[in-house]
Amino acid sequence: MKNSTLRKAIQSGVFSLLRLSVLINAMALAIIVYFLVINGAHVITWEFLTQKPFDSMTQGGIMPCIVGTMLLSFGAMAIAFPLGVSSAIYLHEYARPGKLLRFIRFAINNLAGVPSVVFGLFGLAFFVTWMGFGVSILSGILTLGFLILPVIIGTSEEALRSVPQTFREASLGLGATKWQTISRVVLPAAMPGMLTGSILGLSRAAGETAAIMFTAAVYYSPRMPHSIFNDVMALPYHVYVLATAGTAIDKTRPLQYGTSLVLIMLVFGMNLIAIVYRARMQKTK
Amino acid sequence: MKTPRAFRETCIKNFFLLTACISILVLTLIMAFLFIQGMPIFKTVPVTDFLFGSNWYPTSEPPDFGILPLIAASLAVTFVSSLMAIPLGVMTAIYLAEICSRRARNIVKPIVELLAALPSVVIGFFGMVIVAPFLQDYFDLDTGLNLFNASIMLAFMSIPTICTVSEDAIYAVPGELKEASLGLGATHWQTIAKVILPASLSGISTAVILGMSRAIGETMVVLMVAGGAALIPLSIFDPVRPMPASIAAEMAEAPFQSDHYYALFATGMVLFIFTLIFNMVAEHIAHKHKQTGAATL
Repeated sequence: MKNSTLRKAIQSGVFSLLRLSVLINAMALAIIVYFLVINGAHVITWEFLTQKPFDSMTQGGIMPCIVGTMLLSFGAMAIAFPLGVSSAIYLHEYARPGKLLRFIRFAINNLAGVPSVVFGLFGLAFFVTWMGFGVSILSGILTLGFLILPVIIGTSEEALRSVPQTFREASLGLGATKWQTISRVVLPAAMPGMLTGSILGLSRAAGETAAIMFTAAVYYSPRMPHSIFNDVMALPYHVYVLATAGTAIDKTRPLQYGTSLVLIMLVFGMNLIAIVYRARMQKTK
Repeated sequence: MKTPRAFRETCIKNFFLLTACISILVLTLIMAFLFIQGMPIFKTVPVTDFLFGSNWYPTSEPPDFGILPLIAASLAVTFVSSLMAIPLGVMTAIYLAEICSRRARNIVKPIVELLAALPSVVIGFFGMVIVAPFLQDYFDLDTGLNLFNASIMLAFMSIPTICTVSEDAIYAVPGELKEASLGLGATHWQTIAKVILPASLSGISTAVILGMSRAIGETMVVLMVAGGAALIPLSIFDPVRPMPASIAAEMAEAPFQSDHYYALFATGMVLFIFTLIFNMVAEHIAHKHKQTGAATL
């Protein structure tokens, strides 16, 4: 029938369009990675990764930035992971539907939507100035920790949701209390999912710039940080500063590419671990 | 009388309740500190002059604190980026949820996730060193750092949000609706267009609004790519200075607790209110038109 061939033709036309849109996304990702790799790969040497910058940052490596980013993102995780997991336990295991629950969810959703630069302002006003921590690792960790808190809560709740209800019933039926059930049955079962989520939070914190530019990161620090009250250099801020504010923007372009490439390798590495780990978990279920 | 065991259980429950309330506390503190640090500007500049003044010259003598060009720039980049991000994001979501095979999904899904994971400073850097020179040559412009460039970069930052949330909404459409439509002889595409998309419209709207909220608050991209001129944009190739860019660029040089410092906090307050409205609208739609099952349609 003619009508049905027309409908088939429309369908295959539309489906091609959908495939095209997927292709555009894939291309965007590929192009970004491609340009960073061809311009940045030759910069990354052992010296680049292990030296400090010198000659007013036009020479040398990015070791202090790597250390700084590690300190900030793992520190943020140390704040956000316990808080996020226990929030998720309340929301999923204890909370009853009602006004309080809706209010908490409202706060979490809106916290997730707060722009990172606003987190930066908050960190500046609250941690740096009011609490008197100064521009320091501590201020940066706290700001980043609250920034990734909604991510951790979300993924932890997801992990709790994936634990079958029968696990809880079996434990409660044996006479265990609610807390015994949660701590000995539910949490061990949900932990792999929670750890996956925490890797994603870690990668988010590592790539964040606007939240640390007023609270923790500095243009150049002559010493390695030795206390949480020191300021630090960080990979994302280093890219930004070299690319926009340096005295020799064109001269340091290879360093900018190299630093960007190290940053995305770090972030993509974490994400790929999470993706592969999650795929493996789904298989064993 | 409660037994010790029950007492312990109550304590534990309250401990978790307390940690869950930290999100409320943090959100309240953010609002309070933006307010405390932003309000003093309104002693020197009336609220209407601040919001609707079209001159932003914070460092000239006397300074002008009118953030209308910044608001206009933020709305413009958000609007233009959503023209690209909405179709691409929703179409990718339809592909993922309805059409692709399991194997294709295992490739496409990680692509979207990696796109979401790209640090904003890297996207900004890419826009600055690769896209800007290209646009400048291709369209013969004064500068490639402009509204259009920033919008493209922002689009690829909000696509993952739009795609992921839309995909969940499409998945949530009950299978029997799809089966009924296919059973009546509709093609797969007719079923998608006339049954699945209308049924998941509220979820897709939520996705779109969340994506736009992401775009309006995004900082590094507009800071590095938008061009930085605090003017109301007249063309898509004008350099602009959206609110987050202004805050991030000027905070370092604004003297502590000067009018400029207060004005930047007040700008942050306006930005925060914008994203708050976006999020509340998204939540309202999601809550009001909750997809629960075939019976509610």
